[in-house]
Amino acid sequence: MSAHPTGAAGFLHRYEGLRMRLPGARLPFVAALRDQAAEAFRTQGFPTRRVEAWKYTDLRPVADAGFDEALTAVDSAPDLPPAHGTARAVFVDGRFRPDLSALDGLPYAVESLAMALPGLDGRLGALARVEAQPMAALNTMLFEDGLVVTVPAGAAGGVLDLVSIGTASERPEAFHPRHLIRLGAGASLTIIETATGPEGARYLHNPVYEVEVAAGATLTHARLQQEAPRAFQLATAYARVAEGGTYDNFTLNAGGRLVRNEIHTVLAGPNAACHMNGAQLLRDGQHADTTTVLDHAAPDCASRQTYKTVLMGRSRGVFQGKIHVHQVAQRTDGYQMNQALLLSPEAEIDSKPQLEIYADDVKCSHGATVGEIDAEQLFYLRARGIPEPRARAMLVEAFLKEAVEGVQDEAARAALDAAITGWWEKAA
Amino acid sequence: MLKIEGLTAEVEGKQILKGIDLEVPVGEVHAIMGPNGSGKSTLSYVLSGREGYEITGGSVTFAGQDLLALEPEERAASGLFLAFQYPVELPGVGNALFLRTALNAVRKARGEPELDAMQFLKVARERLKALQIGEDMLKRGVNVGFSGGEKKRNEVLQMALLQPKLAILDETDSGLDIDALKIVSDGVNALRGPGFSALVITHYQRLLDYIVPDRVHVLMGGRIVQSGGPELAKQLEAEGYASVQAAA
Ligand SMILES: Nc1ncnc2c1ncn2[C@@H]1O[C@H](COP(=O)(O)OP(=O)(O)O)[C@@H](O)[C@H]1O
Ligand SMILES: [Mg+2]
Repeated sequence: MSAHPTGAAGFLHRYEGLRMRLPGARLPFVAALRDQAAEAFRTQGFPTRRVEAWKYTDLRPVADAGFDEALTAVDSAPDLPPAHGTARAVFVDGRFRPDLSALDGLPYAVESLAMALPGLDGRLGALARVEAQPMAALNTMLFEDGLVVTVPAGAAGGVLDLVSIGTASERPEAFHPRHLIRLGAGASLTIIETATGPEGARYLHNPVYEVEVAAGATLTHARLQQEAPRAFQLATAYARVAEGGTYDNFTLNAGGRLVRNEIHTVLAGPNAACHMNGAQLLRDGQHADTTTVLDHAAPDCASRQTYKTVLMGRSRGVFQGKIHVHQVAQRTDGYQMNQALLLSPEAEIDSKPQLEIYADDVKCSHGATVGEIDAEQLFYLRARGIPEPRARAMLVEAFLKEAVEGVQDEAARAALDAAITGWWEKAA
Repeated sequence: MLKIEGLTAEVEGKQILKGIDLEVPVGEVHAIMGPNGSGKSTLSYVLSGREGYEITGGSVTFAGQDLLALEPEERAASGLFLAFQYPVELPGVGNALFLRTALNAVRKARGEPELDAMQFLKVARERLKALQIGEDMLKRGVNVGFSGGEKKRNEVLQMALLQPKLAILDETDSGLDIDALKIVSDGVNALRGPGFSALVITHYQRLLDYIVPDRVHVLMGGRIVQSGGPELAKQLEAEGYASVQAAA
């Protein structure tokens, strides 16, 4: 067997080989999207740190890895993470697994993207920007499956678990699921996503989400990134929120070796709102990047962002948050806070807030702090008999609390609390 | 219960405690009085094991153990309690969780069974009532947004729950009005008995009308310069510390 081509060339090479076999190959609009994306990916390649948006995250470990496309046995039966709701969609190595899923009798439509493709002309790719985000280009070029969720106007969808499992294999594998989520006017849905994999698994999980929230609808999108320790996750979410709608995203970055959580949200109608909150919990050797781009493109919208990063050992955290207030977006109420807690002198956090304001009647604040555990607080707890490790855990939980409390949906909040507690139990 | 011999300690290279000798027998309450800056809080922090103090000499025996060799949490578990002069705020840490975690840590160290949330609530409610503290205080962040008086009462609540062998009260009276002072004093007096000793640090004689000490010590310039019975506190009130200094 010849040496595995790596980098962008490796993926482009594989696209050439798979082009006619990928889902939707015979649908002209899909083929056109893929070809455009391939061209965009060829032009941009894997972003280097010279690209401003990737200044703090070096993708060389991903580019150098040399991935196979995932070839999981269709009847593999991996362990599933705990369920948070009754409805569940399971993906193994990026492929939908109806046999592991539970999607009957829901008040909304859920389909496998591979099956639903013929009906997705105009919807697939409506929000993703392959010419600007190379990872979205890579996803578009190679996606094999994904989840298509369509909630009709007025429906209360409840909680849907979206599970992604990467399995172990001889060689690193890559999968690029494409998830389309659309809420009709006044509808609601909570998606609790868990992405995970077993200890030794090496894979790249490169999901793209296209989220449409219609007038007055509310989507809670909680993402628990608990990938295998050697895995990569590079996620890009695009959300568009219409008048009076709410997009509530919380991303927990706790697993993986190198991960990026990139969110592009457009508040497109008056009185739309979004919360983009998150926590990054990093152990020695991990790198996690949260990058948000928020467009206030309509008047009277509110946005809240609270991101907290806890760093241990030689870990590295990144937060980049851009808020763009368009000229029409009068009476914008924007808030962004990004805080890091360094538990080790070798840990590092980079933080880049960016405000671009073109409207004149705007309330926009942002802040960033970097600190260590407060010695006075730690002593106070220990003086009450609480052993040091437990005392530290209490202070870290307290630090994270503000971000989790911002999540309105109770099921999502409970899932996040449990994931954070579980992380500490393992870390301590 | 507590025996301090020749204790000397430095902070940032500056000697603050210059040879303290003090013994608090089992079941006794002693007061330490002294002007600002005399080293009272330093002594209480050294005894409870706060970082940043260099012990340069002397020894402290507590309940038969070498106190200075123990970690702060071990000191607490073996029955030492410090009511802080300035209680620390812990935003994001609920008071109920904090109190229960502390109580269970100490119970565990003593070989007693831990309390679940319901059992804890029952115990806490009794103590709250005795101290005339509203139950909503359990729901708030530890000391966050508490008034000065509430913080001090929260300290006494912790003491009442943890039931220490020796309590050090560092100016617990400062910032309290007369009603709060009575409540706090009642809280301390309720614990008095053969299994409880206390070191009451104060600036004012007033507190000692409510918590009547067995002995009073005057700390000045990092040394105990005078010791006596409760009448010494009255003398200090009337004549000020200058008189003691002159005598010493
Ligand atoms: N962390 C510190 N760094 C430097 N000096 C200190 C520190 N803590 C206390 N001191 C000094 O030690 C002396 C005693 O302080 P303290 O024990 O707080 O006195 P008291 O409680 O009797 O008012 C004071 O002169 C004070 O300035
Ligand atoms: Mg003091």
